[in-house]
Amino acid sequence: MEVRTEPFVLNLGPHHPSTHGVFRMRVTFDGEVVTDVEPMFGYLHRGIEKLAEGRTYTQIIPLTDRLDYLAAMSNNWGYVMAVEKLAGVPVPERAEYLRVICGELMRIASHALATGFLINELGAFFTPLMYMYREREKILDLFDMLCGQRLTYNYMRIGGVSHDAPPEFFPAVKQFVREMPSYIDEYEGLITTNEIVLSRTKGVGVLPRNLAINASASGPFLRASGVQWDLRRKDPYSIYDRFKFDIPTGQNGDVYDRYWVRINEMRQSVRILEQALADIPKGDHRSRVPHLLRPPVGEVYGHIEAPRGELGYYLVSDNSIAPYRFHVRPATMINLTTLRELAVGWKLADLIVIFGSIDVVLGEIDR
Amino acid sequence: MPKQSKLRFNKFGSGILKGMSVTMKNLLGRAITTSYPEHKLVVSKRFRGNDFVWYPDKCTGCATCAKSCPQGNVKVVTKRGEENAYDVETFEIDTGRCTFCGLCVESCPYDALCLGREYELAQYRRGGLVLSKKDLLESEARQPSGYFRPKIEKKLPKQTLLLERAGRKKSKNGSSA
Repeated sequence: MEVRTEPFVLNLGPHHPSTHGVFRMRVTFDGEVVTDVEPMFGYLHRGIEKLAEGRTYTQIIPLTDRLDYLAAMSNNWGYVMAVEKLAGVPVPERAEYLRVICGELMRIASHALATGFLINELGAFFTPLMYMYREREKILDLFDMLCGQRLTYNYMRIGGVSHDAPPEFFPAVKQFVREMPSYIDEYEGLITTNEIVLSRTKGVGVLPRNLAINASASGPFLRASGVQWDLRRKDPYSIYDRFKFDIPTGQNGDVYDRYWVRINEMRQSVRILEQALADIPKGDHRSRVPHLLRPPVGEVYGHIEAPRGELGYYLVSDNSIAPYRFHVRPATMINLTTLRELAVGWKLADLIVIFGSIDVVLGEIDR
Repeated sequence: MPKQSKLRFNKFGSGILKGMSVTMKNLLGRAITTSYPEHKLVVSKRFRGNDFVWYPDKCTGCATCAKSCPQGNVKVVTKRGEENAYDVETFEIDTGRCTFCGLCVESCPYDALCLGREYELAQYRRGGLVLSKKDLLESEARQPSGYFRPKIEKKLPKQTLLLERAGRKKSKNGSSA
């Protein structure tokens, strides 16, 4: 008798705990092997782009917190930078330094979480993740001190930042910067040489260099494939041309390289923080901007290197108090388009790891 | 042809032992967590709690807070009072729809509206979340936070930082990578 087999279709998500929110994949399996992946998103759609068209430029800032909620400070920054470019608003020196400090702290917090979730998805259920949560918690305490909130900061303002740092902020950041390298060593002790992690991640989910460029991937996801592309260096916004830092790049573009790039980016962020803390000037933290800003007619695209890649804001102004069009270029949504190429041929357990290594945040993808 | 990852134990499990040593070190150290309802941490001076404090003597009824609110949660109704001043008839904040972005507090020109420091304010009905004039007055349980109010900020107690409770005295290999 002949044995007849059929492909098996599985709906992974939207409530699966490893989908980082409410992401759904329709996966076709041949036995345990993935033959097709169809991503389906939109479960977290809140219509942020449309909502923004009915709000003033200042009122949009709390909305941008809710895009990539694990790196809300970077989202604030990208938006206010686009508006400043559009309206020609000057930013005081001290505000730029405070923004860089916040942006790099946010990068450390975000990458720590991405690293923690990698081992979570490899099956080490939440225990190792708590080490990374500990450092993230310290950073959230610092942000709480700055702006009174732990997740949705609403800290950046058009033409500066909302508050100057309190006097106890800089000693605390200095202490954190001093301690952080030893914590990164601790993460590496847990993961980098662990045989189970190595055998599950080396050579898994390889993103070739030319595919990464063609898919316009960005961030650590792109740099793991060996492309040295970092907006902080290639299009130095804010004051990033003043700092010395390296751009870590991987060689193979597999899951392990993505982890490695993130760990090394945390070390580079610590380097930038040290330099920023050393030469932060005194002065204003906010320039005078009209309460109801009316930028001149025109369009602008402002982009920053957010922890997950290039975060862009496209704004069209018609000289009214609200933007005519507000569009977000989310980094992870564009990185996610390569999921099928990465995952086909691997087994179900590897699919979870590959998906996790993209480090998606659904708030940003669905908007 | 399915792709397969290979299990390589070429270091005789030394990597796993290294990881376990990290776990052991943390196991013997002091706990960094607190058991929440019994022990509460001090919130930051600029804490944006789920609460507002309103000072009727300072408020002129200009409704700048209502104009700056992104959701339109603040309701201000005034009538003409004595000597060209306005009497505030209604002052309502719907905290059920509020995101606590603090733009109303930031925009208030007379420091009449402050954010609160409370965060345990669950209600059984949505209606209880709508705070009206007499709910918003300052009291023992409703203290203003220092968000955009530097004078209040100075008087508030110091925030508990995890950094101070679970810090390390010295870093192992210098300051940077």
